[in-house]
Amino acid sequence: MNIGQSFKLAVKSLMTSKMRSLLTMLGIIIGVAAVIIITSLGNGMQNYMNDQFEQMGSNLVQAQVYTTNTSLDIKAADMYDLAEKYPQYLSGVTPYKSVQGTVRQGSDEFKRTSVYGVGETFYNVDKNTLMTGAAMGKGRFLSYVDVERAQAVCVVGAYLEQEAFGGDALGKTLTVNGAPFTVVGVLATNADLSAGSSDDCIYIPYTQADRLGGQSYMELYMFTSTGRDTAAAAKGIVENRLLKAYHNSDFYMVMTSAEMMDAMDSMVSLLMSILTLIAAISLLVGGIGIMNIMLVSVTERTREIGVRKSLGAKRRDIRSQFIIEAGTTSAIGGSIGIGFGIIMANVITSVIALSLGTGNDGFVAVPTLQGIAVAFGVSVAIGVAFGYLPANKAAKLNPIDALRYD
Amino acid sequence: MEHLIELKDIYKIYHMGEETVHALDGISLTIDQGEFVAIVGQSGSGKSTAMNIIGCLDVPTSGSYHLGGVDVSTMDDDQQAEIRNKMLGFIFQQYNLIPKLNVQENVELPLLYAGISAEERHQRALHSLERVGLSDKTRNLPSQLSGGQQQRVSIARALAGNPSVILADEPTGALDSRTGREVLAFLQKLNSEGDTVVLITHDNSIAVKAKRIVRLQDGKIIYDGDAQDPQAVVQPEEAGEAASDDGFAAFVGEGAAE
Repeated sequence: MNIGQSFKLAVKSLMTSKMRSLLTMLGIIIGVAAVIIITSLGNGMQNYMNDQFEQMGSNLVQAQVYTTNTSLDIKAADMYDLAEKYPQYLSGVTPYKSVQGTVRQGSDEFKRTSVYGVGETFYNVDKNTLMTGAAMGKGRFLSYVDVERAQAVCVVGAYLEQEAFGGDALGKTLTVNGAPFTVVGVLATNADLSAGSSDDCIYIPYTQADRLGGQSYMELYMFTSTGRDTAAAAKGIVENRLLKAYHNSDFYMVMTSAEMMDAMDSMVSLLMSILTLIAAISLLVGGIGIMNIMLVSVTERTREIGVRKSLGAKRRDIRSQFIIEAGTTSAIGGSIGIGFGIIMANVITSVIALSLGTGNDGFVAVPTLQGIAVAFGVSVAIGVAFGYLPANKAAKLNPIDALRYD
Repeated sequence: MEHLIELKDIYKIYHMGEETVHALDGISLTIDQGEFVAIVGQSGSGKSTAMNIIGCLDVPTSGSYHLGGVDVSTMDDDQQAEIRNKMLGFIFQQYNLIPKLNVQENVELPLLYAGISAEERHQRALHSLERVGLSDKTRNLPSQLSGGQQQRVSIARALAGNPSVILADEPTGALDSRTGREVLAFLQKLNSEGDTVVLITHDNSIAVKAKRIVRLQDGKIIYDGDAQDPQAVVQPEEAGEAASDDGFAAFVGEGAAE
């Protein structure tokens, strides 16, 4: 008996009891849909993060330095010296200091606004973007003189310009922790112009930030390497300098953007693997459901098996008939699950886009072709694996007993 | 000349707990090409066991069975399946058609297992259905046919594989007497066209339609000869034994046959 015949027969017997077939497939449908949804989310998250890193550029080297409040502590000036000393590797450096403070403009208070102290090199003149990837809109970025003399100037995000200044911020002032800052530049719209988004930020000279925020337990420096291929060398230079200062590698951590990306990627991958494993358990349960129903089916069709054997069906004919039936059941279940999973992934994408307001360029849960292929393959394999036991039971039936069975 | 069916000293012994039951107790029997033989006996006589062994559904405990010159008494499951497929055509009391398949597909089944191409299967099944006069019902499901028609489909199925022997196990048992007679007449017609037919029945009035009767009792052959001989239809204990004992005898016999 060939596979095509068995397949036709399997579809036929599935169609004769639709409700039962659907319930049999339910475990597989849910399991496969869960796997598709999870892999789609993981894939979407990875793509999203890669995009973010891509914007920042691949030549970024970030150094975290823990402050000890001793003479050992490295200063921003040391980092600038380092960049000047190795121009073939380091094209620039800037401190990157997060300031905890209250932002006010007139009587309005902006609680969710992020304030960062940076140097002028945070802005790349050639690309007209910041290290975060955001582009300049109006005015200018902080200059060397602003930083050197700790001028009370700032660059604000597009959200603040809208909300605090009604669309025209240049030359106006706002206060951070009571200190006034004059707006010299406005960033282009980067996100969705909402509070707390990347459009809701202020950049001030780091020299000002030191005064406002005081000492923190950690300083962050952002270096740019001269190119993608010199990033590793640049990292080595920075690490050497820090080791010379602290004599202990526990006080700092230097990462290239490629490494950061890899670290994030592997974190997401690990998370996804764990979630997929959990989803796979429901596939297992689905497989057991198929085995159960196949055992019932074998019992119900004992007489049919007897007739087939009396007409010359060999063990393998009977076995393959039932295995193909189980495989077909789980394959159809798997296909439904894939469809359902893709629909759900799209729904989740829309929900996330709505709630984060990132629009269509933000987070998109895309099912991978590989994920779909694996999910389908696994569901068929489960059907075949769990169908084997009942099929073998059917194949081994004694034709005389099977013929007499009522 | 080589016999088509040759049973030699066939024993079939079942162990039922402590007890051993001799369902077949040393049977030797030969059937030649073109014969129409009825194997008759009451329930418990061993005729079902004989039919299982002749039909290659079971193997004897001892003794040899040659079918078409091949020793089939020691074959395993799959080898027997192949013999059943190539040499035997079964007709059952309950027709045993597969309810989900239509008439055509049911008749094609043995050809399917023989690995015959779709086109040839189709042709042969159709030809077979023509022989039983049901070529207009190919698309019907068995449940849409009458009992007599279903039995004719099962005969067509038995014929489709071009078997050497047609084995009919109580083929009229589930039919009314008129339809039963039609089926028997059809078996006679097949035999007259050269097919070898072995009929298993408990009913003398059916057995006499065959050319030769083999009567079994307690696992032994007690008569083997022409169906027209008056001796053929005598069931020895039938007259003498008390009717009240029949139930018990049948009960014990039924158990032994299984």
